[in-house]
Amino acid sequence: MPKLTIDGLEVEVPHGATVLQACELAGKEIPRFCYHERLSIAGNCRMCLVELEKAPKPIASCAYPAADNMVIRTDSPMVKAARRGVMEFLLINHPLDCPICDQGGECDLQDQAVAYGFDRSRYAENKRAVPDKNLGPLIKTIMTRCIHCTRCIRFAAEVAGVPELGATGRGEAMEVGTYVERALSSELSGNMIDLCPVGALTSKPYAFVARPWELRKTDSIDVTDALGSWIRVDSRGPQVLRILPRLNDDINEEWISDKARFSCDGLARRRIDRPWVRRDGRLVETGWAEAFDAIAARLRGLAGERIAAIAGDQADLESMAAVKDLFAALGSANLDCRQDGARLDAARRDFYLFNSTIAGIDRAGAALLIGTNPRWEAAVLNARLRRRWLGGKFAVGLIGEARDLTYRYDHLGTDPSALHALLGGGGFAEILRAAERPMIILGQGALARPDGAAVLAAAWTLARNVGALTADWHGFNVLHTAAARVGGLDIGFLPGPEGRDLHGILDGARSGEVEVVLSLGADELDPADLGRAFVVHIGTHGGPMAARADVLLPGAAYTEKDATYVSTEGRVQRTERAVFPPGEGREDWAIIRALSEVLGRTLPYDTLDELRARLAREERLAHPLGGGCVDLAGPSGDPAAMGEAPFASPIRDFWRTDPIGRASPTMAECSALFGRPQAMAAE
Amino acid sequence: MSGPARWSPARPYPGGPETFAFTPAYREQAEKHIRKYPPGRQASAVKALLDLAMRQMEEETGARWLPRAAMEHVADILEMPRIRVYEVASFYTMFKTRPVGRHHLQVCTTTPCWLRGSDAVLAACRKAAGNVPDGEISADGMFSVEEVECLGACVNAPVLWVGDGFYEDLDGPATERILEALRRGERPPYGSAIGRMGSAPEGGPTTLTDLPTPPEKTPAE
Repeated sequence: MPKLTIDGLEVEVPHGATVLQACELAGKEIPRFCYHERLSIAGNCRMCLVELEKAPKPIASCAYPAADNMVIRTDSPMVKAARRGVMEFLLINHPLDCPICDQGGECDLQDQAVAYGFDRSRYAENKRAVPDKNLGPLIKTIMTRCIHCTRCIRFAAEVAGVPELGATGRGEAMEVGTYVERALSSELSGNMIDLCPVGALTSKPYAFVARPWELRKTDSIDVTDALGSWIRVDSRGPQVLRILPRLNDDINEEWISDKARFSCDGLARRRIDRPWVRRDGRLVETGWAEAFDAIAARLRGLAGERIAAIAGDQADLESMAAVKDLFAALGSANLDCRQDGARLDAARRDFYLFNSTIAGIDRAGAALLIGTNPRWEAAVLNARLRRRWLGGKFAVGLIGEARDLTYRYDHLGTDPSALHALLGGGGFAEILRAAERPMIILGQGALARPDGAAVLAAAWTLARNVGALTADWHGFNVLHTAAARVGGLDIGFLPGPEGRDLHGILDGARSGEVEVVLSLGADELDPADLGRAFVVHIGTHGGPMAARADVLLPGAAYTEKDATYVSTEGRVQRTERAVFPPGEGREDWAIIRALSEVLGRTLPYDTLDELRARLAREERLAHPLGGGCVDLAGPSGDPAAMGEAPFASPIRDFWRTDPIGRASPTMAECSALFGRPQAMAAE
Repeated sequence: MSGPARWSPARPYPGGPETFAFTPAYREQAEKHIRKYPPGRQASAVKALLDLAMRQMEEETGARWLPRAAMEHVADILEMPRIRVYEVASFYTMFKTRPVGRHHLQVCTTTPCWLRGSDAVLAACRKAAGNVPDGEISADGMFSVEEVECLGACVNAPVLWVGDGFYEDLDGPATERILEALRRGERPPYGSAIGRMGSAPEGGPTTLTDLPTPPEKTPAE
């Protein structure tokens, strides 16, 4: 552990630390543009110059390894002069267009120019101008502002795994771009906007919309996939204007997918903002009381087994608990939160969790992906897999569709026969067995099929066979795509004894045995499957289910309610209300609570806190994260019953997987550009 | 071929062949370069392969330049991202990413050459190219002219670089004679225009004209 002196302060730093990191440990702020904790070191902006005793000139601290007995000064006249000089050079070609720049107010260059810069320029010549690049519908470029820190280039090549950006030309003619014009084909490209220290890369949908100081910032959780990425919702008045990532090293580090970031413009479009009731075959606008009366009238005298409820992909824990309680009061056991029909086994919590945890990927020794395309199902998690793969000694196998995942993998087959072969040992099974802490990641594409239970059991058996289930490592992982799913399974939003599951409900709806179906935002259902049932849909956005509904109730999107979600790894997290739901929209749990009163089955909670007190009694929500596998007994399916159909990812179009995304014009543009499966297959 | 008004090497030059592939002979040479590096490190051969591609372009089209299709072919052979090849090709000035004439005339105008009369050399080259702007190709397709920085042959200044060699110790008339020969399809020999041997002094050696006397042996201590 090297010991060095920084501004007279002695610090001890870990081996391999740089001088810049040592300075940070000593509490000294070092200005920088090109250096970023999660990217490789470039050392080309020169802003981090510090003085090293006995060195003839200042050193770039970000690229200089810390060594014993170094004496560093970060506040000497030499350092100050060096910073001022570097800043003056950087500003030579940087336009003075801060008043019309979207980075204004959150610009590293602006801040550091004030803090460390020289107060005037001695440069009287012409500034250079660089043509803007077209990087697609998400990133707006004003390349004249670029200071060539190369963060975006490194992010694309290292984190996103799409080496499409580069620095072409040299010297004065150097430009950052793609050379041949093309849109960036990454699901993480929006993060470059955050990384860019100047206004060269800014958000295209957010261009000229607001200044950072006008925005109200609300900490929240992303629900566009099941990772539960930490986000910050920036809103002004009634509108969500943008979404940014928050730091959480255990989940999303500081990245979020483009869908999480850019689908927020769908929150203001195609909203259901008041109750609607179907009269004479047409939906007509109405009030809450009339809508509840219509439901009560239809439910009157109906036996419990003739009604059913299905929860959607973005349903929050509170509303699912309320629906479950209401249905218990109505005497119905027909509940299912698996609207995709996935054959998940909820007998034990570790049968449906991402047990290794997302951070656990960093420690894993090998991974087998079954029926999943993590790049689309959990883009940030895929970046983590890629980083682990870049770290070396990490074999990845895939059973399912062969897609570009940004890392190399052994394609073992497309259908269950490949999984069956692994159960027999040999091949990739040996690699898993030999690896320390192997992971098996099971996607929804492997479960949402008739033989899903068999695949689940086979994957568990394989995990047990290869030693992935030990007392301190749980290598069996289910990767969910729906933010609501784990929460629903945790509180048992599932058919009770004698109850119907999704397939039973749909069969019943078709045959007329199930007469009323409550859809809690189950927007992915095919309305044609619901037969002649009376459909009550609590939703946020227009769509096929809203059009099919007999009673349509306006709910709240995830930015409009204090709600709890459980991520794919079992992390219980809360969103916070950033804005109010539009029009007559209400928080979903409150709708259920009000409905229960009209139905004469008043639920025993009047406030969110009381409902949460009820949730606090749910045992599974209190489980600690991670940990090993205590019980080797597997799910109930029979591995031998696997069929022959090839696995397919449930996501056909990354950009439009939920009602918000489908209402978002930005997502529509992305989808038209990259989203089509055939375009992906042609790569 | 006329390009955009403000073309920069940082961007692809519009036009050029749609496809490019090494001929078997060039492909074999390319493999030889690739074998110099350990497996998995084949990208190290990128500069050698780009040079081969330019030479093949010269054989096929008469102009030694590097179209986008050729860069992409090299990237595919070396299994590296295309942008990494564009970066290399656009960084080094010896890779011409825009079309050049049959003979690309690169005149050194750095101080020693300039002091020794590179202005006259440059003027002769420009005249031969029909006074098209530097970087563009003369109407007959024969010449394109470029001012370059020091070619490292200052002792033989002024210097003109054509193809794979230098014409040295030039003046205006000598340059014109060489360009006329090139235009006729001849290949005047590279080297000094005034008959110097390498960079030896004009008019024969001035030092070391006699055999040195061997040093007296000092007795071993």
